[in-house]
Amino acid sequence: MGKAVAIIGTGQTKHGRRNDVSYPELVREAVKAALEDAGLTPKDIEGVVSGTMPSMMEGISDTHLYFADAICEVGKPVLKVETCGSTGQSIAHCGFYWVASGAADIVLVVGSEKMFEGDGQATMSTVADPWFLKPFSAGAPGVFTMQAMEWMHRFNIPEDKAREAAALISLTNHDNALNNPFAHIKITMTIEDAKNAFIITYPVRLLDVCPTSDGACAVIFASEEKAKKICKKPAWIKGVGFRGEEYFLGESNKSIWPSATEAAKHAYEQAGIKNPLKELDVAEVYNPFTYQEMIFYECFGFCPRGEGPDYVLKGTFTMKGELPCDPSGGVLCTNPIGASGLIRLAEAALQVTGKAGARQIDGAKLALSHAMGGIDQFNGVTIVGADL
Amino acid sequence: MTKEYETIINTITLPYRWALGPAWTRFFDGLKEEKIYGTRCRKCKKIFVPARSFCPDCFEDLDEWSDVSQEGTLRSWTLVKKSHYGQVRRPPYALGLIHLDGTDCDFIHFIGGIDLSDLKKVREKIKAGTRVKAVWNKEKNANIHDISYFKPLK
Ligand SMILES: [Zn+2]
Repeated sequence: MGKAVAIIGTGQTKHGRRNDVSYPELVREAVKAALEDAGLTPKDIEGVVSGTMPSMMEGISDTHLYFADAICEVGKPVLKVETCGSTGQSIAHCGFYWVASGAADIVLVVGSEKMFEGDGQATMSTVADPWFLKPFSAGAPGVFTMQAMEWMHRFNIPEDKAREAAALISLTNHDNALNNPFAHIKITMTIEDAKNAFIITYPVRLLDVCPTSDGACAVIFASEEKAKKICKKPAWIKGVGFRGEEYFLGESNKSIWPSATEAAKHAYEQAGIKNPLKELDVAEVYNPFTYQEMIFYECFGFCPRGEGPDYVLKGTFTMKGELPCDPSGGVLCTNPIGASGLIRLAEAALQVTGKAGARQIDGAKLALSHAMGGIDQFNGVTIVGADL
Repeated sequence: MTKEYETIINTITLPYRWALGPAWTRFFDGLKEEKIYGTRCRKCKKIFVPARSFCPDCFEDLDEWSDVSQEGTLRSWTLVKKSHYGQVRRPPYALGLIHLDGTDCDFIHFIGGIDLSDLKKVREKIKAGTRVKAVWNKEKNANIHDISYFKPLK
């Protein structure tokens, strides 16, 4: 894994519809918060990594021109990384590798999206070729729903049971979001609301699906030496894993999702985790779709294959459960895409440093963060811990 | 470009001319003749559809062409109810992941030929495991829509 690396500061914007600020102003809001959290000034930053959803979403392709001043990049080495929804984990890994290599001591990583400026579904449809995949993708929901249906079929999960579990996941995330000052969607809802909401792509309904949000997140990575000098309580990177899959949907088996499984396995090996359900204190799973969240639980080894709904219905992943997932309310309640994966990491870092406020899991020492991107194509995982 | 109070509106229209390469060109030519072509890897023996010029697993060139079955088994499906920008069809419409007989991957296309307005009926007709068959469009343009949809058999 290279040299030890810590997170010494995180910053998030208030997420939601942010017509009150320009895009660079929004990005700066997150960067400023991260610098203040770390007690640093822009001069202390040695390198900058940033990324969004593929830039079609921004309508301005050279985001490094547009955000130059907001991400403090002037006079510094700069890297741009984009992998759709998993951008947030990709840029985090890039920042991690940069510091772990010893080439820099302090690196700023920034992810952002301002989805209310364009047409989210329209720009998302440009991630795939228009002659094979795009006509049949039905935006993100079509692909993710077919994946969920494949999973239910493969493991003989009764539709009613999956529906019940998905509704509970929706309720848990929406309840959790009420404790998160940065969250976008803050509503009180019931299981019945989730089960009776408008159908998007059967059996997925409105409350099973994430919103589109404006928002940005910044995370500052530091070497061991600097972290110990600057930061009272850093969050240490314990493991990173990332895997990609093929071009054509239909080639790999998404019901057991190789990229999600292998990315987590790789990160667990580095972190020395053998039983994630027992050893992890909290997880920030990238969960834009309730049904898909259960597939992640299985891929990450939180429960056996095909038993995701049983564990959900037992309350395993609620705030009081054995492994609380997404105390932040997750992607289901806040989704500025290019920031979403980095928000998962920032939230995990807040948890292991005891700074998560009303959504804090008591005594959390080891946390998983994750993001997924593309046409079910990428998965990235980062594990953080309170101890080096 | 229109300037309004607090915002500026501008629409970007960008033309592209994408090169399909020899494999995808032949695949689309095949559709025009009501044939679905795959290519077979000499190393791993897998047949991929749509046809492609190199194996995603072995990275070998693929030059063995196969006129694959137009019938297959549904691996997964969904009924799309919500409309969004750029959709080819108006909801409701059904999507399917289809495993064409004799191939080694799934193929994504529309499921049709049945009444899609009633969810209950749809669930009776479309299930994972349902056998389906390609239904061709009368008008052919050597593109993916030369196949109109896959129809559940019985
Ligand atoms: Zn091969």
